[in-house]
Amino acid sequence: MRKTYNLAALLSAVVLVCCGALILGQKVSAAGEGKITGSVKLDGAAPHMKGIDMSKDPFCSKAHASDPAHLETVVVGADGGLENVVLYISEGLGASDLAAVPTAVPVFDQRNCVYTPHVLAMDVNQKFQVKTSDATAHNIHPLPNAMTGNIPWNQSQPPGAPPIEKSWKSAEVIPVQCNIHPWMHGWFVVVKGPYATTDEKGGYTINNVPPGSYTVTAWQEDYGTQTQKVTVAGGQSATANFSYKAK
Amino acid sequence: MRTRLQKWSLAMGAAAVMALPLTSWAQLTTGDIESRIGMESHIGNLTGHAKAAAADYRRYCVGCHGVMGDGNGENFPWLDPKPRNFQLGIYKCRSTPSGTLPTDEDLFDTIARGLDRSNMPQWSTFTKQQRADLVAWVKHFSPRYATEKPGAPIQIPPEPEVTAERIKAGREVFGRVQCWKCHGVTGMADGPSASTLTDDQSRPILAFNFTEGARPKCGETDRDIYRIFMTGLDGTPMPSFADNIKPDEAWDLVFYLRALMSQHSKEKDMAKQLGLKPVDPNAPPGQ
Repeated sequence: MRKTYNLAALLSAVVLVCCGALILGQKVSAAGEGKITGSVKLDGAAPHMKGIDMSKDPFCSKAHASDPAHLETVVVGADGGLENVVLYISEGLGASDLAAVPTAVPVFDQRNCVYTPHVLAMDVNQKFQVKTSDATAHNIHPLPNAMTGNIPWNQSQPPGAPPIEKSWKSAEVIPVQCNIHPWMHGWFVVVKGPYATTDEKGGYTINNVPPGSYTVTAWQEDYGTQTQKVTVAGGQSATANFSYKAK
Repeated sequence: MRTRLQKWSLAMGAAAVMALPLTSWAQLTTGDIESRIGMESHIGNLTGHAKAAAADYRRYCVGCHGVMGDGNGENFPWLDPKPRNFQLGIYKCRSTPSGTLPTDEDLFDTIARGLDRSNMPQWSTFTKQQRADLVAWVKHFSPRYATEKPGAPIQIPPEPEVTAERIKAGREVFGRVQCWKCHGVTGMADGPSASTLTDDQSRPILAFNFTEGARPKCGETDRDIYRIFMTGLDGTPMPSFADNIKPDEAWDLVFYLRALMSQHSKEKDMAKQLGLKPVDPNAPPGQ
């Protein structure tokens, strides 16, 4: 009799603890999402970016008559801040965080014969839009490796064409080109989980990061990737600053 | 008791096995390709079997397309354009939207038609069954056929009667979607972007010249021409115009393209009578 009583007490204690942990655990993940912020800098002199000769298309050259276009391989702002660097969590995310797909629809605009933004980051299966603001015809031609599960396609966007909505099946850095304007070159950076792209000062914030220990990866099209370990506490902001050596 | 070396080699072995699935994406193995040897094709009431095509492929195709179907056969260095890489499943001649697999009929037709201005001849000497078997064989090289279905073929409305109005309207479409950027205002492949065109492997590629009597790569009937610009030629700079040209307008464009071609046609005579001038590349959009 006494043994059964003990067992029951033990069982109820276990149930209590479990429920408590469940409730608490839920609270932590619901209200306690943190973020990772920081900046990406270039250590050294900014490399020279070649000007682009757009004289083959009068619309394009006219659009840049007073503001000549340059390649955007390395874009350095004030204080050496590196623009167009994608930051994402490469290790440490749970299955449900990896599977979540943001509802925001990022836009890739063909404006004055350049891609705006030059680098568009997105989650796997997240919808994105390709639109044109130009009075000249473009063709939008992403070139993923068909062996990764992402399939290349090629669609025209003459003046006034409606936006195209698409998504990618797997994580990959995908070059994008316009065959009509060979200087037009950009990137779709498809990652799993929360991500951010640096602004013109090199600053970034990855939002909606549940508490935990992670590896953050920075990707720059010319300088490659760098990683850093970072620990995010519930509701707190963790910092990860990156620095690339100028070539 | 295992020695340190045994333990080390065990660990390395385990690591190698775990790394295998990663590397298999980059390079297909013979085993991976052979796992799809049961591939079939269905063309009308014909059923093609990959297995049955092995001998024909070895005899007629392997020299260019290669044992692994990657287009890296022994003739590869001397060919331009380069042979198709079947592993990627990316094809020029499709009835399906850009970025999707072609139908079995598309591949079946391409084998018989050949590809003009390339080393791919017309394989009209094969029986239909041989061709159907080869379609299944070609498909078995690509892992995409294990997980993906061909795209839904685009709908082509019945061809309307050619009229002077339609040829004029086709000229408007040619100007509006700016075909001339590559093909030139007279169709001579001398548009402002023609000289810098490259294919998906960054190899130089020519735009189609309508004026020198060549046959379009993916067929020369009116329906073929309609399909070419609506689906695009994947792997090349030619995009799909399906979102930007309405089905009825597409027929107008077909008639105008006929008028540009050097071959004699009803459309060419009508355009001459109309005194149609080439489109003006400097006209503002919408003209």
